[in-house]
Amino acid sequence: MNRRDFLKAAAGGAAVACSGGAQARDNLEPAPEAVGMLFDSTLCVGCKACVSMCKEVNGMPPTLIEGKEAWDWATDLSPQTLNVIKLYKDGEGNVKDQVKDGFAFEKRSCMHCVDPGCVSVCPVTALRRHPVTGIVTFHVDACIGCRTCTTGCPYNVPHFDYDDPFGQIYKCEMCNQEGVSRIDNGQITGCAEACPTGATLFGSRVALLEEAKRRMALKPGDTYNYPMGDVRKPGSYHEKATPVYEKHIWGEKEAGGTNVMHISAVPFDKLGMPPLPERSYASISEGVQHTLYSFMALPAVALIGLSYVVRKNLDASEGETDVSDDEGKEEEKS
Amino acid sequence: MSHYQPVERKVVTVPFMVLGLIAMVGLYFLVQRFILGMGPVTNLNGGYAWGIWVVYDIVVGTALACGGYALAITVYVLNKGKYHPLIRAAVTASLLGYALGGVGAFIDMGRWFQFYNILLPWNMNFNSVMLEVGLCVMTYILVLFIEFMPTVFERFGMKDWAQRLNKVLFLFIALGILLPTMHQSSLGSMLIAMGYKVHPLWQSLHLQPLLALLTALTMGFAIVIFEASFSTVGFGRNSETKLLSGLGKGIIGLVSAYLIFRFGEILLRGKFGLIFAGDLGSLMFIIETAMFIFPLAVLLSPKMREDGRMLLYAGVSLLFAGALYRFNAYLITMDPGPGYSYFPSFPELMVTVGLVAIEIMAYLVIVKKFPVLPKHAHA
Repeated sequence: MNRRDFLKAAAGGAAVACSGGAQARDNLEPAPEAVGMLFDSTLCVGCKACVSMCKEVNGMPPTLIEGKEAWDWATDLSPQTLNVIKLYKDGEGNVKDQVKDGFAFEKRSCMHCVDPGCVSVCPVTALRRHPVTGIVTFHVDACIGCRTCTTGCPYNVPHFDYDDPFGQIYKCEMCNQEGVSRIDNGQITGCAEACPTGATLFGSRVALLEEAKRRMALKPGDTYNYPMGDVRKPGSYHEKATPVYEKHIWGEKEAGGTNVMHISAVPFDKLGMPPLPERSYASISEGVQHTLYSFMALPAVALIGLSYVVRKNLDASEGETDVSDDEGKEEEKS
Repeated sequence: MSHYQPVERKVVTVPFMVLGLIAMVGLYFLVQRFILGMGPVTNLNGGYAWGIWVVYDIVVGTALACGGYALAITVYVLNKGKYHPLIRAAVTASLLGYALGGVGAFIDMGRWFQFYNILLPWNMNFNSVMLEVGLCVMTYILVLFIEFMPTVFERFGMKDWAQRLNKVLFLFIALGILLPTMHQSSLGSMLIAMGYKVHPLWQSLHLQPLLALLTALTMGFAIVIFEASFSTVGFGRNSETKLLSGLGKGIIGLVSAYLIFRFGEILLRGKFGLIFAGDLGSLMFIIETAMFIFPLAVLLSPKMREDGRMLLYAGVSLLFAGALYRFNAYLITMDPGPGYSYFPSFPELMVTVGLVAIEIMAYLVIVKKFPVLPKHAHA
């Protein structure tokens, strides 16, 4: 292989790299028995019972503000808040679920992506998608604290505790982390259990998606028996007139879909959801990376080629002494 | 006999002491970071997980340290031996720059006490761009260290060792070309997974690795020009303008390729209008692009190219262009969503400035104590 051939090969490699996606993969499919939640913004009354219950289950303190009532004042996710209810308000803000001069509630917690960015980008496999339940879990023993998961999460969910010199990542693990294991024990998530209106509903992803589609098909104004607790075996029902839903199930398709899905009567961009395409960024990133590296075959070939060329160029300079034409033998001559 | 010699000057000078003072301030806050955690020292938050420690020390810093990489390609792959006199200085600066990146990664690591996890095979996630960057940068620091050893052997007259290393040096030189190609492109790929958070003008998805690599090379050549020009002025040495202007020709090709791919992507994806949107993104894009085009204009003119001063301006502009490209993509125009903002805190800034001060001090000591800069018919 001479230098010309090598440069050709290198150019070929670069061309493959730039074509972007000889080994591109599709979005991941949902886990076989994926569990999740359905949050119906129109049912949420903003009582934050879910926030309180979440903190109880996860052993986290309420966020208090001195001089204010003893109420959890958490306004966003944090290392002490894995689940939070946020308020959308426009103008006067006196009509629920109305875009103009109205208000709406939105739950923020880990969406448990079907194709999770955090899992894809973590260098040390500290974030994992459970192969059966699809729950995205965090493993502190592996974590190096680089926070790439935070950058790779479309929802800014994984939070690193910067105030602890030995801090770690905190995120919702659907109440199934070791020591809590509510799902493994046949229970449902704390937030779904605490919700008095069924706004947060637990269940399998399949059943929840069916329920969401059922609600989309309802005629506004008709009464509907909203299940509470676990969609597969509801503890009780909550009868209510159907609102005018946005025909959009957030998490059905966004960036490969999520196990925690949202429906609402207010467009999701108003509720602070990010602009996501259907293709997951993780799948693009992995496609580019694996195309470039092809299980290290391309780098290995490149190294052989480079070694050959470098050696030849070093040898070619043997015996030359002129400074301006010296090619790297000065170590021997010194 | 060697073609290199130490600069015969005093090590402890006034600028050296000023740098030492700055380094002390940085180290003070660095100690705070390890005792109190990153919270009290930095402005990092749940939306901006990476601040200047990552973006300057690692992303920009290692690109600024690509001089050794760029010259190694020129000398050993393209066989342009006349540039060899510049290579030791470039390798030295690269070693120091990458060491800064390594230190930066460590101090930014929230769980630094278990950093070794990245080296344990059962932990490795081969889908992760960060894994590739981490392992590759670590290996490259070792390779740079080995590439630097001939200088050390020469300094201490260890001829046997020099000969032994020389037999296998080609392998390390080859690695020293392959590894930066890998992780410098990966520093671009890392932006893909950040998706919409990266401003559309910088989110080129599949082209991220190529654009990052091209700009790392332009920064590598530019830093060689900068260092050589600085040595000429600072140490009163012979001008290397003739040699440097030759490198300028290589830069023309790289910058042109970069601009073609950059604008091609923006045009094809229909993002051209964003350049004139009149917001922060469009302003930064225009400044950044101007900094790429100015050196191109200088280098395309044979007259300006031979002018040492214009060449230095072009080099500096190119350094800022590449650095700004990275800063814009990773920080300035990055938007993780409502409710988050970031500007480095004073202590956070001082840690980076302090580390850079230490890097410069180390460079000054090395060129004055080791045969790094090319020997000249006395200046």
